[in-house]
Amino acid sequence: MKIAVLVKQVPGSESPLPINSDHKWVDESAVSYIMNESDNYALEEALQIRESKGEGEVVVVSLGPVRIQKVIREALAKGADRAIHIQMDTVSEIDPLSTASYFVNALKEENFDLIFSGLQSDDVGMGQTGVLIGELMNMATASLAIKTEVGDGNIKVKRELEAGWFQWVTLSLPASISIQSGLNTPRYPSLKGIMGAKKKEIKVVEPNKNVAKQSLEKVYLPKSDKQTVMIEGSVDQMVEKLINTFRNDIKIF
Amino acid sequence: MKILIILEDNNGKIHRMGLESIVAAQKIASGLNATIGVVVFGKNADALADEAANYQLEEVIKIKDSLLDNYSADGYAEAVKQVIEQEEPSYVLFGHSYQVRDYAPKVSAKLMKPFLVDNVAVKIANGKAVFTKQMFNAKLFSDIEPNGEGPYLISFQSAAFSSDAASKGSALIKEVSINLDSSMIKTESEPPFKEEAGGLDLTAADLIVSVGRGIGKEENIPIAQALATALGAELASSRPVVDAGWLPSAHQVGSSGQSVSPKMYLALGISGAIQHMVGMKGSKNIVAINKDPEAPIFDVADYGVVADVLELVPKLTEALQ
Repeated sequence: MKIAVLVKQVPGSESPLPINSDHKWVDESAVSYIMNESDNYALEEALQIRESKGEGEVVVVSLGPVRIQKVIREALAKGADRAIHIQMDTVSEIDPLSTASYFVNALKEENFDLIFSGLQSDDVGMGQTGVLIGELMNMATASLAIKTEVGDGNIKVKRELEAGWFQWVTLSLPASISIQSGLNTPRYPSLKGIMGAKKKEIKVVEPNKNVAKQSLEKVYLPKSDKQTVMIEGSVDQMVEKLINTFRNDIKIF
Repeated sequence: MKILIILEDNNGKIHRMGLESIVAAQKIASGLNATIGVVVFGKNADALADEAANYQLEEVIKIKDSLLDNYSADGYAEAVKQVIEQEEPSYVLFGHSYQVRDYAPKVSAKLMKPFLVDNVAVKIANGKAVFTKQMFNAKLFSDIEPNGEGPYLISFQSAAFSSDAASKGSALIKEVSINLDSSMIKTESEPPFKEEAGGLDLTAADLIVSVGRGIGKEENIPIAQALATALGAELASSRPVVDAGWLPSAHQVGSSGQSVSPKMYLALGISGAIQHMVGMKGSKNIVAINKDPEAPIFDVADYGVVADVLELVPKLTEALQ
């Protein structure tokens, strides 16, 4: 069982996001990066499948500039066997068809049984890369997976639908699955894993050429049309004002 | 110029996001001088077509094919691809539902045309449409333009438009056929099922105290529970809290949980990810307590408090008691 896991490095939820003066992107030098949340779950799912089968290979594949080798190393430290780094500058790059094409180009010679990706990235949030790659490679696809069961030549996936509904779908291999957060408990790297990761292979590849089918014109701060009443002061004052708001404005008592 | 809307079936009725797409299409159509057609298929295609015919549309396009009776990503994607090829629209609109996320990217890959997802607004300028999307977990907005020749696939976020604003009228229904073959469907689907929500119906709650990642750790959940008890409110949460196992999934509000509209929604340490907001922004009064003044939750809050939940909430509970 050979599994590719697509991993993206994205700004952490507490990271500053200063907008560049040209309004095309954020100032990446001010950003603190982490592994995309749902990708972390996808990686864990792949590692658990390899462990339960007692064989196979988990290859982490990532697209971006040199800085992303931090999350690649993290994935290797958690137990991925090797990595492919499609190295390119991704400032203002948002076109999912181009992104998918870069991955297809890097993955096509590898003959993976499974391609796992996180449901969506916490930066641009296009939420379609895994499905696009699967379709472009003529694989079966499923998104919003919250449970997986690998069978003989197939994978059964529990998919999340809306409003508390679910559905089991069986896909013949090879297949591309987009993983929803929460389906397992991602591990932390062990010290041994961190040491071992230094010796693991990161293959750096060049991106192929693509013409972007959609482009980012402008990034800006949200303009809220809602008038938010801010409650300020010391903690005791805020408590008192909140209770007054509950009583007099919202009228809950 | 033509706009096509792909309507989704919600147990024999048009999915609310489909009605919202009609509003979006009517806005684009008036700016770009376009006509609007809607597409319905699946086992309830007749009922959906009849319902759609009551709106101000050029036509309702109905596809009857038994391979579309039950959802499959491959079948739906192939059907939509073929109807696009037949109708040659400039824009194809979808609601950004879970079903659309699962199959619409396949249409994009089949046609090699862009899919601009999860938009919250559309602007018409210089004869073209520019779409607005939230990025970085709703902390920033972005304007995105499709490039090259259409058609462009576009989805809109839940509640980006109000479904009540869809103009009524009458439209003709036409039936079209497509070529589907069971060998095109690479997956085998079992019937959808609903999982017990643990008996917690948040949709009927008048007051909700909802807890997010900002509560810090599982051991702090009782702090939120104590406030909920003091207020006589139900305890709810955002997805990360459920993912971490701090509360059962029955408590989850958002696109994959329950949609609520209580008299007061008190959000504790919830940053306001899109997936959460779609489930609670219909609340009559939203009160947000968060230590990050930039948290997107403050964009929808009626009352905001920039404070550490762990410091403020115990004192608030005590004062209420």
